[in-house]
Amino acid sequence: MTTFDYAPAPESRAVVDIAPSYGLFIDGEFTEAADGKVFKTVSPSSEEVLSEVAQAGEADVDRAVKAARKAFTTWSAIPGAERAKYLFRIARIIQERSRELAVLETLDNGKPIRETRDADLPLVAAHFFYYAGWADKLDHAGYGANPKPLGVAGQVIPWNFPLLMLAWKIAPALATGNTVVLKPAETTPLSALFFADICRQAGLPKGVVNILPGYGDAGAALVGHPDVNKVAFTGSTAVGKAIARSIAGTHKKVTLELGGKGANIVFDDAPIDQAVEGIVNGIFFNQGQVCCAGSRLLLQESVADEVLDALKRRLSTLRIGDPLDKNTDVGAINSAEQLARITALADSGEAEGAERWSPACELPSSGYWFAPTLFTGVTQAHRIAREEIFGPVLSVLTFRTPAEAVEKANNSQYGLSAGIWTEKGSRILSVANQLRAGVVWANTFNKFDPTSPFGGYKESGFGREGGRHGLEAYLDV
Amino acid sequence: MSESEKAARLSVFKTYKLFVGGKFPRSESGRVYEVTDSKGRWLANAPQSSRKDARDAVVAARKAFAGWSGATAYNRGQILYRVAEMLEGRRDQFVREVGDAEGLSKSKAGAVVDAAIDRWVWYAGWTDKIAQIVGGANPVAGPYFNLSSPEPTGVVAILAPQESSFLGLVSVVAPVIATGNTAVVVTSEASPLPALSLGEVLATSDLPGGVVNLLSGRTAEIATPLAAHQDVNAIDLAGAEEVLAKELEIAAADNLKRVRRPQPVDWAADPGTERLTSFLETKTVWHPAGGSGSSGAAY
Amino acid sequence: MPLTVPAHGPEAAARLASMSDVTASDGSLRRFLHGLPGVDAVGLEGRAATLGTRSIKTTAKAYAIDLAISMIDLTTLEGADTPGKVRALCAKGVHPDPLDRSTPKVAAICVYPDMVKVAKESLGDSGVKVASVATAFPAGRAALPVKLADVADAVAAGADEVDMVIDRGAFLAGHYLKVYDEIRAVKEACRRPDSTSAHLKVIFETGELSTYDNIRRASWLGMLAGADFIKTSTGKVAVNATPPNTLILLEAVRDFRETVGVQVGVKPAGGIRTTKDAIKFLVLVNETVGEDWLSNDWFRFGASSLLNDLLMQRQKLSTGRYSGPDYVTVD
Repeated sequence: MTTFDYAPAPESRAVVDIAPSYGLFIDGEFTEAADGKVFKTVSPSSEEVLSEVAQAGEADVDRAVKAARKAFTTWSAIPGAERAKYLFRIARIIQERSRELAVLETLDNGKPIRETRDADLPLVAAHFFYYAGWADKLDHAGYGANPKPLGVAGQVIPWNFPLLMLAWKIAPALATGNTVVLKPAETTPLSALFFADICRQAGLPKGVVNILPGYGDAGAALVGHPDVNKVAFTGSTAVGKAIARSIAGTHKKVTLELGGKGANIVFDDAPIDQAVEGIVNGIFFNQGQVCCAGSRLLLQESVADEVLDALKRRLSTLRIGDPLDKNTDVGAINSAEQLARITALADSGEAEGAERWSPACELPSSGYWFAPTLFTGVTQAHRIAREEIFGPVLSVLTFRTPAEAVEKANNSQYGLSAGIWTEKGSRILSVANQLRAGVVWANTFNKFDPTSPFGGYKESGFGREGGRHGLEAYLDV
Repeated sequence: MSESEKAARLSVFKTYKLFVGGKFPRSESGRVYEVTDSKGRWLANAPQSSRKDARDAVVAARKAFAGWSGATAYNRGQILYRVAEMLEGRRDQFVREVGDAEGLSKSKAGAVVDAAIDRWVWYAGWTDKIAQIVGGANPVAGPYFNLSSPEPTGVVAILAPQESSFLGLVSVVAPVIATGNTAVVVTSEASPLPALSLGEVLATSDLPGGVVNLLSGRTAEIATPLAAHQDVNAIDLAGAEEVLAKELEIAAADNLKRVRRPQPVDWAADPGTERLTSFLETKTVWHPAGGSGSSGAAY
Repeated sequence: MPLTVPAHGPEAAARLASMSDVTASDGSLRRFLHGLPGVDAVGLEGRAATLGTRSIKTTAKAYAIDLAISMIDLTTLEGADTPGKVRALCAKGVHPDPLDRSTPKVAAICVYPDMVKVAKESLGDSGVKVASVATAFPAGRAALPVKLADVADAVAAGADEVDMVIDRGAFLAGHYLKVYDEIRAVKEACRRPDSTSAHLKVIFETGELSTYDNIRRASWLGMLAGADFIKTSTGKVAVNATPPNTLILLEAVRDFRETVGVQVGVKPAGGIRTTKDAIKFLVLVNETVGEDWLSNDWFRFGASSLLNDLLMQRQKLSTGRYSGPDYVTVD
């Protein structure tokens, strides 16, 4: 060896034991789908089949909602302090099993172990720990005395942060006394099924949490079920709109966390080295499959070349490959379908005249891969400046003045996240004030915390998850 | 001139007009409809707004949004309080209009108008407090300052209650603008006159033009384009009956408007903060705080 | 003309002269240094911490250990130093592991000026350099002529490299030109009669500069003044080399080469005691400035106890069993 090449450093798979098949988790039991349907879940980095999972249909949804309804009576009646202890138990068991869950999530999702280990899993445990503490303090949450739960929550979550999105949904729901039927995404059902086992270990009463792996039809059936009181969805804006239509005229309470096209604005007085890290983290964290990704980079013209050079140099050091390798920065795209969508949008960028650039990197021969990509010469009119790509593709635009930056940043149907990079405090405050986005990261990006409310403006959805604000979605207030 | 001729002085009727962008236009459609009192006696002809009037009102509301949402909360409070002052001065007129509209005795109508004036005062006091109630610092587990603040949702379409033509109207409009939203209001279909007169009060209360826009006419006709309008951010369906409410909610999903569904309300009761918070977005801003620094100490 | 020239080479002076408008006055220096991009401390520390999670195993670890050994400025800077102690250290520097002659030698032995002669004699033609601290190390609190005499003394005694400290007081007071002039003077004092020069390492004592912005400014100031290496610390204060402050230095040499075309070396010193630590620094180098800096011409560790830990880890890798302190030499 004559250069400092990092040898493979794979995390051991032995820590997780994936069964050849899994059932639906209804009323505390694993059970087959009523129609006996199953589907395969594969590892996106290798296309290896990981397991075969029961596929929920309408009859299963009905069975699960009935179980949740039955459990609601007792679960909502037990003292908050006791509910809290169940959630604390869950948080602790997640901490204990975090290595196993991190490996599992990396296998099923394709994201790097560095992220599941250092971001997903710590946040999952923290989220349960945070909401556990609320269960017996709801009188003090600012929603009046003795706020009541809604009943049965139907929750549909995406594949980008499977276990974290589960935590964001289930922790506040249970803390407030609701029961849950949750449908994980069809490409990433495993961590939710392992969570079912954690519920068993925690002694959670049966029917309080029900897990229904399945496709969009199961999600629609769940959202549309007449005995569901609360709908929580994280996913695409298109599906979010369909859900909003489907629950019109009902009494169902709904929260939607949808798409985004976050603007990451770099001013000429930015801390450039940290801004470059923030740009990279903003769009290449989780392969860019993040609703709040900083997918539009707005560079002040006076530093645009300097930042772009630094950014390209930095992208050349990104390590792409085996998600289980502890040194991997960018893993696999979650599915063939998503890869096709990213590819099509990136191709449209080229076709519309933007200039495409990727660092030299070798992609694995099997699995779903997309090289980190940036487009320069992008204008507001390009599809890649308007549509959510949900992949490792950065669109770079420039601006001349702060007012122009704000105008361009806000010129979007979305309003989930934004970034501001400048060392000038007053500029941060004034720009943050003008941005129409639910989360604004100033001199940082993609930070999350259970105490910090998260959610969008405009077509990025409504309602907040996290913090005291996150309780409202699950209370009859 | 004889005594009898003097006694027969003919009163001057008022031409009721819409209130859009701080001005008092007629409906662009040129249409009016007959408004009667609870016993069916003719009171006035009210403008019958069209979808184009709705469109113009949204343009006016959007134009006013930056200035109104950017005004200090203190300033908004002062203006809302000014509305109460102006109303108090024209109390007799509103007592008469509300009495006619809702078939109330003079004393009952007086109580309704008083309650409406007091409601403006209540919301005037909220403008600079709501952020402290619903926002705040979040203790994140890291070296970051993290602050959540409420911000207005934007342009809100309001279907004012059909029965409570004035107190109900004030109860749905005041909280929306208190927090910095701008509003396009569809007045009570059968009893639009107190609402249209309120426009005259708003016009003389330092409220910037376009912050509140008042449209009289057929609720369904005006509400349908508003619910579908892509530049309207939210809709309060208070004045929609069940079937219309569902249709409007479906249309509102096209740009994911925040929807407040109709529900039975006792307009005389303490309003709480619910309507204030219905049309607020929470913005959370992160910023690094410190770091351990090169000498190992926080700075 | 080559794109990049080494700071210690003959062509560097002309490159530095191209920046003479910057260094013309206190005012122009201040405007330039304060115009450098700011550093966000949390972001910087976050980046350093993330790179600290790299997993360097097997062949990569073996490579890194040998590389780290070859980059060590094996240091003894004690009041109690004796010729015997220095000779022992020199012997160790040449053959760090007496049981394994394939172990690379260290880069240099770093001593006080009065020990340079002893070290030079002990090292002979081994290829291990002699570095000497100078300029009233570690406080730097002496008159300039005294400091220059200190340097001249070390150079005359045969020092290959001189590690000077900057006047932190002057720097913190904003007297940038004073610091600049002093470094220039020391650089001049490094010149030998045969017109070659001892290589100059400029120590900022980053732990006393307090802010990362200051470290970045000091780095540029040092390089503009002709530093061949920039170095974090003396090892004599509470906080010495850390991954974040070394990352600042690495960013500075990277940007300086980009701007001026002169390549400057980096030396973190003090507090780096374990193989794990050393590898973290090598990862910082690898992923910030890359291969161009991954040799002892461009990167050094100022350390004393680090070597033994590297040797024990090296033995573990070759034998498969954990080593112990009895199997490495005590100095």
